[in-house]
Amino acid sequence: MRNRTTPLREVHVWELPVRFYHWINALCVVTLCVTGYIIGNPPAFMKGTEAYFNYWFGTVRFIHFVTAFVFFFNFIFRLYWGFTGNEFARWYNYIPLKRCQWKEMLEVIKVDVLQLTNKKIDSIGHNSLASFIYFLTFLIFLLQCLTGFGMYAAMSKSFLPQMFAWVVPFLGGDMHVRQIHHILMWGFILFAIVHMYLVFYHDYIERRGVTSSMIGGWKFIEEDVVERHDNRTEECPKKI
Amino acid sequence: MENQRPTFYEELRGKGVSRRDFIKFCTTMAAFMGLEASGVAQIAKAFETKPRLPVIWFHFQECTCCSESFIRASHPIVADIILDKISLDYQETLMAASGAPAEAAYKAVMEKHPGEYIVMVEGSIPTENEAYCCIGGRSALQILQEAVKNCKAVVAWGNCASAGCVQAASPNPTGAKPVHKVISGKPVINVQGCPPIADVMAGVVVHLLTFDRIPQLDGMSRPKAFYSRRVHDTCYRRANFDAGLFVESFDDEGAKRGYCLYKMGCKGPVTYNSCGIIKWNDSVSYPIQSGHPCIGCAEEGFWDNGPFYQHLPGVAGFGIETTADKVGLGLGIGTAVGIAAHAVVTNVRKHKEIINEPEAGSEVETKKV
Repeated sequence: MRNRTTPLREVHVWELPVRFYHWINALCVVTLCVTGYIIGNPPAFMKGTEAYFNYWFGTVRFIHFVTAFVFFFNFIFRLYWGFTGNEFARWYNYIPLKRCQWKEMLEVIKVDVLQLTNKKIDSIGHNSLASFIYFLTFLIFLLQCLTGFGMYAAMSKSFLPQMFAWVVPFLGGDMHVRQIHHILMWGFILFAIVHMYLVFYHDYIERRGVTSSMIGGWKFIEEDVVERHDNRTEECPKKI
Repeated sequence: MENQRPTFYEELRGKGVSRRDFIKFCTTMAAFMGLEASGVAQIAKAFETKPRLPVIWFHFQECTCCSESFIRASHPIVADIILDKISLDYQETLMAASGAPAEAAYKAVMEKHPGEYIVMVEGSIPTENEAYCCIGGRSALQILQEAVKNCKAVVAWGNCASAGCVQAASPNPTGAKPVHKVISGKPVINVQGCPPIADVMAGVVVHLLTFDRIPQLDGMSRPKAFYSRRVHDTCYRRANFDAGLFVESFDDEGAKRGYCLYKMGCKGPVTYNSCGIIKWNDSVSYPIQSGHPCIGCAEEGFWDNGPFYQHLPGVAGFGIETTADKVGLGLGIGTAVGIAAHAVVTNVRKHKEIINEPEAGSEVETKKV
């Protein structure tokens, strides 16, 4: 049996609300992509029967709509938590306004994407590149909510969808809106593939427990990294 | 003489239309417009008391299918009174006059009824080179801009005047633009469709006359009374959609049974029109009822969102039949290949980290047990 004593610190990175957000979001995205794909390209597996006896396609659409509401409010909650959560959850991590964030992005590309050097990235929460990608996914979330509820507005008189009624005329009709909504779905699918691979990758290389951190909230970070984080002279990104 | 214009009703009675037929007409119109029962009396009163509405009807870049549709309105009086006998002071296709007298006729309307006349437009307006559409030596743009200056409202008939239709489809060689993009300061009613349903056109005209104001419009300036619901939501085949019963080819069992045409490229779910309710040709049928998917002719850019017989439109820049799904699948496979390559490279280049060997000189101790 091989074992090693490495000086590690347990760091509470993901608070309970963040973890809840993550898993609710994951479930919603999977449900929305699966039902959305079926809505866009339904399998015609039923034949020779009358409409009276079935409602499966209506049910798929209903699940899509209900899940969309859950997704929307979960998203709103995460935006709120970006202003009240811990330092790893705060909004300023995600928008690269500081030079040091861009510098770290270049480093991540060198170390993890191109693998030119073996240096370890110090970030305890998300690294800068990951944060920026999450920012882009948030933009996709927003666009998906706009286009989705925009199309839904024609079917509902209730307050929330009606708030999005302007989207369809703004984008020039349902045809365009549906196309945008459908293309963006692929953004979620591609993101999910890369996201899961990178979780495996980081766990495999760094052994900081990144996979289980989204369940328990704790990461195992090398002592020197934590010390450097605690004693840093300039904060990056700056706390606001 | 023009100052004491006869009312619609007087003109009608003069033509030998009975009171009974007149009331029938009012009732039909009220029903199409979705008015309550008292609306019938309002329409009748307007027709009895108000002088006829001066109308100038222009034809620009179009195929005249809007006019063709209009003269086939389900109630004979509609076409007869509104189009043929009373309203139109200038209509290139149907007027008897030509040349200088025709030009004089519409100029006379503008001079005699400033602020009262309605400009109705069929067709889009070329802007790439105005010379693509000229009438009487002047360009469509010049004619339109002059005519709308003192008009009460503008009615844009059909997809050409509302959104540019086929002329504005990519690559749009004439720079065709709809009416609302080339004029400003006047209310424009977009009566969408290629062509619009005759009874919808009549409904808009009757509304203008009865209530003296433009009808309630949606976000794309279409009258809400006729364009607030999707063809899909009013389709008699809708139950098949919800049940997941789809036609998969035009000669299959599903087509015979009248299943939903969603997978045949039906644009009903993204098209706002009254086809499912008012229908066409005296409410006989409409495309879906006749077994053909909706092509979405009442929507902006429907030519560019094809192919007609494919549910998902093509993606610009990837060829006509390439849907978002094909592009997405390609990107997905590309990503998977990239990931596999990255994983292989990782195992080679990060070998030391993976087997967790301490770097030379580090304080980490390794125990063998």
